[in-house]
Amino acid sequence: MGHHGHIEVTSTQPYNFSSRNRMIAMVMMVIGLVAIIAQFATHHEQTWANLLWNNFIFMGMALGATFFLAVQYVAEVGWSAVIKRPLEAMGQSLPVAGVIMILIIALGGKHLYHWMDGGITDPNAANYDEIIAGKSAYLNPVFFWVRVVLYFAIWTYFARLFRANSLRMDAGEGTPAYIKNRRYAAAFLVLFAITESTMSWDFIMSIETHWYSTLFGWYTFSGFFVTSLAALAFIVTYLKHKGYLPEVSEHHLHDIGKFMFAFSIFWTYLWFAQFMLIWYSNIPEEVTYFMLRQDHYRGIWLAAFFINFIAPFIILMSRDAKRKKYLVMFMSAIIFIGHWLDFYIMVVPGSMVIAGHHAAAHAAEGAAHGGQIFGSIGLMEIGTTIGFIGLFAYITQHFLSKSPLVVKNHPMMEESLHHAI
Amino acid sequence: MHKESELRPPLILGDKTWHDITEDVCRPVESKANKWWWLAFSVSLAAFLWWVIAVSYTVGTGLGVWGLNKTVGWAWDITNFVWWVGIGHAGTLISAILLLFRQKWRLSINRSAEAMTIFAVICAASFIVSHMGRPWVAYWPLPLPNQFGSLWVNFNSPLVWDVFAISTYFSVSLVFWYSGLIPDFAVIRDRATTKWRKRIYTILSFGWVGTAKNWQRFEEVSLVLAGLSTPLVLSVHSVVSMDFATSVVPGWHTTIFPPYFVAGAIFSGFAMVQTLLIIVRKVLTLEDYITIYHIDMMNRIILITGSIVGVAYLTEFFIAWYSGVEYEQYAFINRATGPYWWAYWSMMTCNVITPQLFWSKKLRESVFATFIISIFVNIGMWFERFVIIVTSLHRDYLPSSWTMYSPTWVEAGIFIGSLGLFFTCFLLFARVFPVIAMSELKTIVKSSSEGAKKKQSQTAKQETHA
Repeated sequence: MGHHGHIEVTSTQPYNFSSRNRMIAMVMMVIGLVAIIAQFATHHEQTWANLLWNNFIFMGMALGATFFLAVQYVAEVGWSAVIKRPLEAMGQSLPVAGVIMILIIALGGKHLYHWMDGGITDPNAANYDEIIAGKSAYLNPVFFWVRVVLYFAIWTYFARLFRANSLRMDAGEGTPAYIKNRRYAAAFLVLFAITESTMSWDFIMSIETHWYSTLFGWYTFSGFFVTSLAALAFIVTYLKHKGYLPEVSEHHLHDIGKFMFAFSIFWTYLWFAQFMLIWYSNIPEEVTYFMLRQDHYRGIWLAAFFINFIAPFIILMSRDAKRKKYLVMFMSAIIFIGHWLDFYIMVVPGSMVIAGHHAAAHAAEGAAHGGQIFGSIGLMEIGTTIGFIGLFAYITQHFLSKSPLVVKNHPMMEESLHHAI
Repeated sequence: MHKESELRPPLILGDKTWHDITEDVCRPVESKANKWWWLAFSVSLAAFLWWVIAVSYTVGTGLGVWGLNKTVGWAWDITNFVWWVGIGHAGTLISAILLLFRQKWRLSINRSAEAMTIFAVICAASFIVSHMGRPWVAYWPLPLPNQFGSLWVNFNSPLVWDVFAISTYFSVSLVFWYSGLIPDFAVIRDRATTKWRKRIYTILSFGWVGTAKNWQRFEEVSLVLAGLSTPLVLSVHSVVSMDFATSVVPGWHTTIFPPYFVAGAIFSGFAMVQTLLIIVRKVLTLEDYITIYHIDMMNRIILITGSIVGVAYLTEFFIAWYSGVEYEQYAFINRATGPYWWAYWSMMTCNVITPQLFWSKKLRESVFATFIISIFVNIGMWFERFVIIVTSLHRDYLPSSWTMYSPTWVEAGIFIGSLGLFFTCFLLFARVFPVIAMSELKTIVKSSSEGAKKKQSQTAKQETHA
């Protein structure tokens, strides 16, 4: 009490994006590209689903970071001022994720979304589907594309705006720029509340077009948000490992660890709520979703649940664990893998059903697979993921190297520097 | 000591000393009640008397006096049960989750919010017990061996989960509340001037002497209880929502229910805290402790949770259409345009539109506007439960059983009476318990009071001049 020990911001320099790290990120991207090309070359049925699955995680990490950043402003959080630059840098991947998403759906949408099949809403067509036709006021190409473009335009706009105002703080405009960001953050959160739900329906829920779940939007949020917290933990601990960010103490790591822990439990809560209610009521319209996963993807389905719940629950429970740099880094990797599997379970099984329909329709010797194809995780899938991680790492490091690693003149900085719990 | 940003307003107004806080908080306990208190207490007690009469009549005559002859007949009981349990969420959220988030402003309001929580859960439990018809066998929902006269409970039933969820929540909340009260009871004991006050508060304070060891254990217990309470805040209303959502009734079976019920519960709980505290701070002259900033912060929580509830309403409505299931679609069209349209639109207006007024800082900081809006939210959240329960049950799968619902005088009496019970308890609390956690509040006097903040900025100025 009463100590006036003055702590200075020492991270006045940007991160040095070394040529070695550039090379590593590029090699990862090349591995990803090779994996994707190999899948296309071998006419692998899972190619489009792989791309959607991995790009969704890539997008989700950037979007989750932008959401978390906005919450820091709106809730007037003190401790987090020293980790705002990593969050800002993470959000800058949004436009790239947007371009890739638009390319994936424009070129491969028919292989992913049942409702995009030609003639499916036409009562005279052979493949007419009455239920899908009933949804066409929402699920139609024009409205869909308007939404997709709007999502990325809105998110990118705010991610860039938060960063621009933060750089203005560096230039001396501390509190006014902070207050501006607080206003914009409130506006962003309102738009996020709407776009987050609808984009989850658009990108993932509409794959299995007949199926619906009111919780799906929030469940998807809990998944990508905890993934972005894991990515944040990894970036911060990596920067500390490299000797950057001396301002980030074990107290800050403790708080980041708490968020990873809490939102892992929150994800589990929503997982259980959605699963249990559908399992309990056992209504055919809904329960088919879990039957497909239980019957044909049981290993991955269960692994995702256990990795995402039990591992953080046991390992991150203690205070000490959350304060150890390398343990936090290790857990961020575990959580990433767990949610990588969970998003696989959300995206791939449904699109493989569509791939099965297409394969059956195209097969010369009749339905070779009986119309059923199931996904798997092999070298090509892992390669694709490595590519997306490389892309995310490249963009994030690029933006970390463009401005000092800690914001200057931030009105909460004193609180953050003296943060002790 | 944490350094506070200049952006943070003071949490205690004026240049208060520790002794001032003791005086201000103990005053109501140590002085006599005025005539307004007696008036309010008499009205509450009279309302509670109606509860006693209505419940006695129910037990003596049978549940037929509730007009029960099909499912929707239970609507009143369930609506009020869920409404009260929902209100009983703010207290533990404030003391547990806001503790984990290090929100210091909780310190002025947690005591009375927790008291409110406990009384609200008691009111909720009264609806469970009274609907049993034979309340003397109220222990039957517990998994007791058959020799006790009951049948082994069905663990597949969400109603049994409710028994566990609510009794656990009540026990932990009560222990949390009481353990926080111990040091404050000791203060009243040490200041007591009359024999009986001394005796009673000596028993209540469990021999607290305020040694370092006492405080160390106190803090450890608080943290453990906060850790236990946090999942409980989420689990109670999740389980209540599962009473509905595990069914196959359109409008009830929807996966968003658990988190959406929790958000609604926090929303209604904070509204009730506002309603009560705006009166309490005025009557007990605690405006320096429960400041406009406290009211503003609670209004922000009302705005956020109200918006979450709004998003959930729209999601349900949209997905009902999107599902393509005729029954789901009908349930929602019937809600908005059927015979109970007035209940639906009352709910939408009170819960979705009125909290949006809190985007205005002026209204967030207006005591009068806050009081009015908090009443609107209380009404809206009552209608939410009424809408969910009545509209889904009064027109179900079988058109021959379609009917309308309206309460009997007995049911009305039990509801009004439960309000009487709630206010009777709260008024007693405000007279004999310290309504602010004074011992804990004293920990922030030197960092967050107006006087301390003035001193800090003066020192900072001197440093820059030097």
